Amino acid sequence: MGGRRLGHPGIWNTGAPSPIVPVMAPPFSWLRPEPRGLFVVPADCWIDPAMPVGTALVTHGHADHARGGHGHTVATAPTLAIMALRYGAAPGMTPLAYGETASLQGAVKATFFPAGHVLGSAQILLEHAGERVVVTGDYKRRADPTCAPFQPVACDVLVTEATFGLPVFRHPPIADEMAKLLAARENNPGRCVLVGAYALGKAQRVIAELRLAGYREPIYLHGAMERMCRLYAEFGIDLGDLRLAAGMPKAALEGQVVVCPPSALTDRWSRRLPDPITAMASGWMRIRQRARQRNVELPLVISDHADWSELTETITEVDPGETWITHGREEALLRWCALNQRRARALALVGYEDEDD
Amino acid sequence: MERFAVLVDALVYTRSRSAKLALIAKYLTLTPDPDRGWALAALTGGLDFPAVKASTVRNLLMERVDPVLFQLSRDYVGDTAETASLLWPEPDYPVESAPSVAEAVALLAGLTRASAARGLAGLLDRLDVGGRYALLKLATGAMRIGISARLAKIAFSQAFDVSIEDVEEYWHGQFPPYAALFDWAANGAPPPAEGDVPLFRPFMLAHPLEEGRSLDFKDFAAEWKWDGIRVQLVCNGTATRLYSRSGDDISASFPDVSAGLTIPAVLDGELLVRGSHQGGEEGGAASFNALQQRLGRKAVSKAMLADYPAFVRLYDVLIAEGEDVRALAWEQRRAVLEELAGRLDPERFDLSPVIAASSFEHLAQIREGARDAAIEGVMLKRRDSPYVTGRKTGLWFKWKRDPLLIDCVLMYAQRGSGKRSSFYSDFTFGCWDGDPDEGAELLPVGKAYFGFTDDELKWLDHHVRQHTVNRFGPVRETDKSLVLEVAFDSVHLSKRHKSGLAMRFPRIHRIRQDKPAHEADRIDALKALIRD
Repeated sequence: MGGRRLGHPGIWNTGAPSPIVPVMAPPFSWLRPEPRGLFVVPADCWIDPAMPVGTALVTHGHADHARGGHGHTVATAPTLAIMALRYGAAPGMTPLAYGETASLQGAVKATFFPAGHVLGSAQILLEHAGERVVVTGDYKRRADPTCAPFQPVACDVLVTEATFGLPVFRHPPIADEMAKLLAARENNPGRCVLVGAYALGKAQRVIAELRLAGYREPIYLHGAMERMCRLYAEFGIDLGDLRLAAGMPKAALEGQVVVCPPSALTDRWSRRLPDPITAMASGWMRIRQRARQRNVELPLVISDHADWSELTETITEVDPGETWITHGREEALLRWCALNQRRARALALVGYEDEDD
Repeated sequence: MERFAVLVDALVYTRSRSAKLALIAKYLTLTPDPDRGWALAALTGGLDFPAVKASTVRNLLMERVDPVLFQLSRDYVGDTAETASLLWPEPDYPVESAPSVAEAVALLAGLTRASAARGLAGLLDRLDVGGRYALLKLATGAMRIGISARLAKIAFSQAFDVSIEDVEEYWHGQFPPYAALFDWAANGAPPPAEGDVPLFRPFMLAHPLEEGRSLDFKDFAAEWKWDGIRVQLVCNGTATRLYSRSGDDISASFPDVSAGLTIPAVLDGELLVRGSHQGGEEGGAASFNALQQRLGRKAVSKAMLADYPAFVRLYDVLIAEGEDVRALAWEQRRAVLEELAGRLDPERFDLSPVIAASSFEHLAQIREGARDAAIEGVMLKRRDSPYVTGRKTGLWFKWKRDPLLIDCVLMYAQRGSGKRSSFYSDFTFGCWDGDPDEGAELLPVGKAYFGFTDDELKWLDHHVRQHTVNRFGPVRETDKSLVLEVAFDSVHLSKRHKSGLAMRFPRIHRIRQDKPAHEADRIDALKALIRD
């Protein structure tokens, strides 16, 4: 990783023509975007690294952000619990509550704030040499009964995601999507509704929202969902009566709602179900052909990421001096920043996936 | 419009053919006239609003959304109409209720180039996301939602329990919103009458002959598969029309041919240009390239007519002297055709000869010899087959010669449209212009976007993403490490390409992960396959 270069052209693009190269170290050079994560130089630690490192600060439990094998991991208690569930208990776990500050080596302070993405998800505020950088991780601004709401934090540099960074992405109110789901169930009494949803976060949110919409029936789960749902319950998120779909006679699942990981939608697993209506809960469902590619019959536009208006409104609200864009559709968000006279650059980090949200 | 928008949406998300048919049939039975007629026209490609172009939609959006953001969105979504429907800003003034399909069609039809932008914007303001999508699809003429005209017609026949053959027969000569057609099918009125225009009849089509299929040779007649375009020539005694395979009237481009038939008849054949490329001197036909000089022209100059004289090589007869002979066996129709052809101008018409072969082995030998004669392959027609619309199994087969193959290197990939919108699925590949170990370079020789399976597409998409060295908008340049075996029908000299070559029907035949890029073929190898 060595060398004192600031990055090379293949790795990052600036949104605007570069100003004159300063002779002294530029501001924020203590935080270095590398292809496989953000490196906090004086603290010798990484944020959401894509490979095992000595010390990692982890924003949330999704596998592309929380990898196993670090020497020391700092994250919220639910995120650490999720990682332990996935990778087994490991030494060197430091839980940090929202609002709590950890002092790292090299005079760097790190404070975690809610990101509203999934249970335990956090933005990380880094403070060093009088400069404040907020790394949002993945986030959303909409209400979610399964996690604490996003909290805007003032900063000099906002490091944001851009998964849905195109103006075509505007997630509709989730109540509308729940109504679509319940109507499909109502109109097809001989079938079941099979909802493909990411096993961490999306699945629990869909279940919690169904409960909020007044749905009291048992909800049936694919086996891969069970442990994560139990973990949510342990952190106080009530998901109601959940049962395993496995072993149920076909007829008993008629008219029921079944939740499975997206990969199981068209898997042999679903053959046990009574003529399922294939639904998928994802922000990508906004685009017809994306839904078609996944053989989805009932697209549900539900996302745990910020849509275009949330991304742009958050930048406006936080009003940072500079915006760095980690992953997603960076070009469009860069363009928006340029149109709004905001300094921005894309970091082109690798390894973050967006296919299933 | 709402009901139509719901139908369009449901069709997009429905995979099974029978479920699609049921959706359309249900719409057609429940929707009143004339909306259902206009909707049917939209599904069968029967609507055309010349004032509304894809550029009209694009320009409207560019006025409302930043052009760069629009373009990035369009590249991602892969469909202009859908992008526009998603990006359209909600109006900031009170709007009228959503228009009916008929109202929207009437408004669109009344637009001129000058009023198109405003008129279309007014309609879009009155619709929600789904309605805007359906309207834009309808207005710009190409639904592209996985519904063929044929499927929509089958749905029509199912909705009203009439035969599909009758629907196809009466279809041509009827115009949207097809009042007479609905009156006949839904209300039991007499079938629509043929007007003064000579009507197109749907073609009989052939299946490819699969490997290992056993046929009894004596049941079949063999003919050459000529490389022109399939046409139907229709004369009703007063006028003559030349129709392309899709039923488009191309009489104006070929006045020499359409003037040649004055006997009331419907003839099926291959449109060709005189020459010696196909089948040698006695074959008498030029290459497809020569025919292309004549295609798509609104006016034909005297020089064109003299330099590229067109003629029809006759395959079959549907109606002779006003009498419908489609129910007769091929052998009987052939006799009728031979008699009729004898009375036609030999400059403009000849008969597609029956190949004198004694067995499949014999025919295969003759077919092998056809490569140099630049013929695509042979046709096999059951001697007792009637002339039936569409692709009926077991009656007609095409037995193409094997394709030419060459190993190329993947150079660029572009994201596809429609259901491939997130996949890099259009591939540009090249051959070496010399010895790659001596510093030769790759020159692009062609582009292909089919030939691979869904799984291979996923693999290729992944390869492109992992091996990108440059991005140019929607195009990625790859590191030129992957060899693709490309199949194609023929290769020609072309001034349009840097390599000086153009392939016909290139498709990805195999992914050669086993082959290093420097072992791919050179331009010279491709040049050696030219038969111009």
